[in-house]
Amino acid sequence: MEESVVLTARGISMTFPGVKALEDVDFTLRKGEIHALMGENGAGKSTLIKCLTGINDFEAGEIHIDGIEGPVRNHSTKDAQDVGISTVYQEVNLCPNLSVAENLFIGREPLTKIKTVDRRQYYKRAAMLMDDLGIAVDVSQNLENYSLAVQQMVAIARAVDMECKVLILDEPTSSLDDEEVEKLFGLMRMLKNKGVGIIFVTHFLEQVYAVCDRITVLRNGKLVGEYKVEDLPRLKLVAAMMGKDFDDLAKIKSDTAGKRSDEVIISAQGLSHTGTVKPFDLDVHKGEVVGVGGLLGSGRSELVRTIYGADKANTGTLKVKGQEVKINQPIDAMNKGMGLLPDDRKAEGIIEDMSVKDNIILALQAKNGMFKLLSPAQQNEIADKYIDILSIKTPSRDTLVKQLSGGNQQKVILARWLATDPDFLILDEPTRGIDVGTKTEIQKLVLQLAEEGKSIMFISSEISEMIRTCSRMVIMRDGAKVGEIDEDLTEDHVMKVIAGGKENE
Amino acid sequence: MSAGTVSKKKALNSHTILLIVTIILFVVLYAGGCIAYGSKGFTHLQTFLNILITNAGLICVACGLTCVMLTAGIDISVGGLVAMDCMLLATGMRSGIGAFPMIVIVLVIGLIFGAIQGYLIGYLEIQPFIVTMAGMFFTRGMTAVICTEQVSITQDMNKAFYDIANIKIKLPFGGYVNGKGVYMAPYVRVGVVIALCVLILIFLMLRYTRFGRSLYAVGGNAQSAAMMGLNVKKIKMKTYILSSFLSSIGGICFCLNTMSGSVQQALGLEMDAISSAVIGGTLLTGGVGNVIGSFFGVLINGTISSIVKTNGKLASSWPNILTAALLFLFIVIQSIAASLRTKKAK
Repeated sequence: MEESVVLTARGISMTFPGVKALEDVDFTLRKGEIHALMGENGAGKSTLIKCLTGINDFEAGEIHIDGIEGPVRNHSTKDAQDVGISTVYQEVNLCPNLSVAENLFIGREPLTKIKTVDRRQYYKRAAMLMDDLGIAVDVSQNLENYSLAVQQMVAIARAVDMECKVLILDEPTSSLDDEEVEKLFGLMRMLKNKGVGIIFVTHFLEQVYAVCDRITVLRNGKLVGEYKVEDLPRLKLVAAMMGKDFDDLAKIKSDTAGKRSDEVIISAQGLSHTGTVKPFDLDVHKGEVVGVGGLLGSGRSELVRTIYGADKANTGTLKVKGQEVKINQPIDAMNKGMGLLPDDRKAEGIIEDMSVKDNIILALQAKNGMFKLLSPAQQNEIADKYIDILSIKTPSRDTLVKQLSGGNQQKVILARWLATDPDFLILDEPTRGIDVGTKTEIQKLVLQLAEEGKSIMFISSEISEMIRTCSRMVIMRDGAKVGEIDEDLTEDHVMKVIAGGKENE
Repeated sequence: MSAGTVSKKKALNSHTILLIVTIILFVVLYAGGCIAYGSKGFTHLQTFLNILITNAGLICVACGLTCVMLTAGIDISVGGLVAMDCMLLATGMRSGIGAFPMIVIVLVIGLIFGAIQGYLIGYLEIQPFIVTMAGMFFTRGMTAVICTEQVSITQDMNKAFYDIANIKIKLPFGGYVNGKGVYMAPYVRVGVVIALCVLILIFLMLRYTRFGRSLYAVGGNAQSAAMMGLNVKKIKMKTYILSSFLSSIGGICFCLNTMSGSVQQALGLEMDAISSAVIGGTLLTGGVGNVIGSFFGVLINGTISSIVKTNGKLASSWPNILTAALLFLFIVIQSIAASLRTKKAK
């Protein structure tokens, strides 16, 4: 048993400024197994991978690799490759402008006697390698002529040819279609039979059960556990990832459930954005709070971004109040009475070096257009009104936003959208990273806005919070809308739908 | 089943097509010149050789710049460096230093200058444009510091250099009999031989050496190149050393042709080199290009000037306008090719 272990990591810890990214994490990889590394975004998967591949310098812990005396510490991708750890990332890290063969051998080309590159030899070797792995390509063609799946496989072939013992696949399937994924799995199984240990990081639960032998789950930088696939049915896996003890889930019924006006504000038919969201249908009624549930990375944010035009929809139609509309960019959506509070408020929402007032009037000004400037008096009036309504704690309306707390910053963005008087407001993680008191305030505000007849889409990682505020929930999994729950809106039901598959496992 | 294959015939990709377009354009342009100005001697082989003689320095510089552009960088210090080299050669020889020591000094300065620029760009990761712009100001400034007047290299000053510059390497074919009944054998100068050697060596380097291939990799995707274990910083530094070194060789060729050093020399040469490379199919975004293309780019620019000169009536600013039109044409073709490629990839 011990002999077949190819990589062990013990007690790995790693801190980023202000965050404990990994805390005392153990990980074991055996020869010839496909081992899934699971966890929500921010659980520490990528950090762990980066510790193994030498991109991150971990603080404590040891990594051992079969056949190498003493602990291994990598300082660069090259170091990692030298000890037999190769990584293939989601974005293919190859050069599209070079031929397939060159991508396989660059930096280690076969040389002739006079130290020039032996082109004939490396085309021949490349063809042999691809033949071995059953990848049908013409190695003299430029890589850019092939699909992403083939490029991904070329990257794997390069890794394999470098005699890797450990192959790390970091979300390799994110941009592949089903058929391509199947091809990739074929290759993975073949490598597994050759004795390569594969670490497979993915958001797709289906894929874990399709190819993996073992699962290690991380949560908040800590190890939850290592399981054999057959011992960890979907539901338990989701529970482990989300940190809910499945049996103890409290059953809280939403106050607003059942209230629904017949007027449909937003109606999406077959809307999709290639690569992120599969086609979905969705109706949102007046005065309704619709929650969007699912694991992080399941396409929750992407769903609302597609409706809002932040990601332009590739297919489908969108009706606003019964009228078909064409939304190419967010300003179109704004003009139709929509507002989006993005989940990454630092990057996409708040402008820290502007005052509270300027941040609040920003969207309204953009909606009105550049040439209809709001007068200073109007600006002050609007700012004061929302500072008051949302009880934003700020010394004055001219204070810079960066001086406010996270919760108050969040309220400022909320005020920005409320100022445009939208009929339909999308709140993506409005309560993340803010204290409990403010959270409750924002939840109350959401309900109050719905009372006033606004329609709201609400995304939160906390299912209990959504159950308290939403009258209906849409569940996303792997970029597809997999369910809508309006009756029996309870945590365990929601989690069952999120987990998918056979519910009684 | 045999999965991996090597096709005997590589399908024409958009880059090869761009190169072919460049060559066709040159042929058409030159043929046009021959038809229009055949009576003025445009058809003589010597007209073509004169283009090479005039542009020998530019060919060297363009080869270096092509390498830099392959890594998605830029080097605008080359013109200044050429001017500084010419001035150094001229003043050095005026003060009695021999031709060969001066040539060695100029080449060593090129290496050091390139190493400094390369270190700043490769290891300190400063924008190449900024670094080489500083380099451009420095070299132009230094040229004036060395001497503000034009310094000509005369036979008395340095006989060896003067003789080298005046060597006519006669070709055994392509001559003509002039009006007085004397056979005029076509000839090239030493600079042309140097430039063609540089061209061939860089072509072979780009195609058959690890370093040459790694330039394409760095330009294609620097991050990927690093992930694949290439030392991107070192490669970048080497590239700028190469560029400055080739510019110094170009400076010597230039000096052999003009036999003088002056502050006004080689003004805008960096832009000529960049436009030649772009017309030759090198992408500013890196990873795509070839010195053969740049060579034809230089020839196209040279042909345009030659046509305008032979015409005699057109203002001397016409070459600029024609080059502008060509550049415009080429970037449009390139961007169409690029968008077709991304469409295909999707």
